[in-house]
Amino acid sequence: MLEHYLSLATKAVFVENIALAFFLGMCSFLAVSKKVTTAIGLGAAVIFVLGITVPLNQILFSAFLQEGSLGWLGFPDINLGFLTYLTLIGTIAAVVQIVEMVIDRFSPELYNALGVFLPLIAVNCAILGAALFMVNREYTLGEATVFGLGSGLGWAIAIVALAAIREKLRYSNVPEPLRGLGITFIVVGLMSLGFMAFSGISL
Amino acid sequence: MASSNREILLDPLINNNPIALQVLGLCSALAVTTKMSTAFVMSVAVIAVTALSNTAISLIRNLVPPSIRIIVQLTIIASLVIITDQVLQAFVFDISKQLTVFVGLIITNCIIMGRAEAFAMQNPPGPSFIDGVGNGLGYGLVLMAVAFIRELFGSGKVFGLTVLPLVTEGGWYQPNGLMLLAPAAFFLIGCFIWAVRSWKPEQVEEDFHVGALLEPGHEGSLR
Repeated sequence: MLEHYLSLATKAVFVENIALAFFLGMCSFLAVSKKVTTAIGLGAAVIFVLGITVPLNQILFSAFLQEGSLGWLGFPDINLGFLTYLTLIGTIAAVVQIVEMVIDRFSPELYNALGVFLPLIAVNCAILGAALFMVNREYTLGEATVFGLGSGLGWAIAIVALAAIREKLRYSNVPEPLRGLGITFIVVGLMSLGFMAFSGISL
Repeated sequence: MASSNREILLDPLINNNPIALQVLGLCSALAVTTKMSTAFVMSVAVIAVTALSNTAISLIRNLVPPSIRIIVQLTIIASLVIITDQVLQAFVFDISKQLTVFVGLIITNCIIMGRAEAFAMQNPPGPSFIDGVGNGLGYGLVLMAVAFIRELFGSGKVFGLTVLPLVTEGGWYQPNGLMLLAPAAFFLIGCFIWAVRSWKPEQVEEDFHVGALLEPGHEGSLR
């Protein structure tokens, strides 16, 4: 059992890295990867939010939206599957808002570190993407928690690594039109190539 | 008015391309481009959603209090995406299966939110609709260009029709497997940006700093 969870986590962090293999959360991935410290902040916020929203969405999905899941209310024939997207994004937006308020109230230091990033995360594709993968692959609650934390960790590793590379890149002589976004794409491509080496691991 | 509408429509194609210049909507741009057919369906879906969401948001722009506008925009966009998804499942089921989660991810596609914030909140419905179509087309243009190269060199086909006969099927073309993998999408978009910026040097970004991106209302901010 533990083995199953471990292999799921390894897969989520390295083999199927949510940023480098599925291109999710690219917008903030490219925009906030100029400095390592900010990248760590955003990475931590993503791990945090994914670790909460994926299991929460799993509970909501299996209790209300899945086909035949309303049996416990006495409506076994109703399928609310078409509401999936609306529910997932609503949950994410609400959770992010609540988390922001709770952190602000109880831990001002953490709020100062993560605060600016939290509202941006509500519309980060990585968060919704992980929730949709969870629905698609029919994870159980335990699997969803591991998957959420794992894919958050994978995303954080990728953005911190990219930020470190870009800090060094500042001293390189890049062709004028390729500066900024262009070279960043090429670097991310090479990183993605590097991460593909992990797909050789059989789990 | 006619000429300004044309500008609104054509400007996002090259001069102000949402992917190359505004850094919006990358999340899905890369994943659906191994084949032209999926890229085409994805482009059409995004054009439809951007145009309609821009129109809808522009219609209610004076009624929504600023503090809850994001959630209102998200709800409108999510509803439009649900409709698009149902239409895709009804008419092109195979392609809708191949797109998997990426149809749902149109909700968080930064182009749509970005245009809603930057254009539809300030302009009447007519120009907003055109702006939506224009930005959707700009997105589709990059998507189709990347998909064309990846499908042609990766599997020797264009829209599923064989152009370069593969060695494995008795032809002469040895496919470039890298094209079908994730890194190729990054390299191609990087080169696309390089090409556009060599042609139009004014697009080269001055050192854009994180502080500016964190300010609300900054176009192309961290979505």
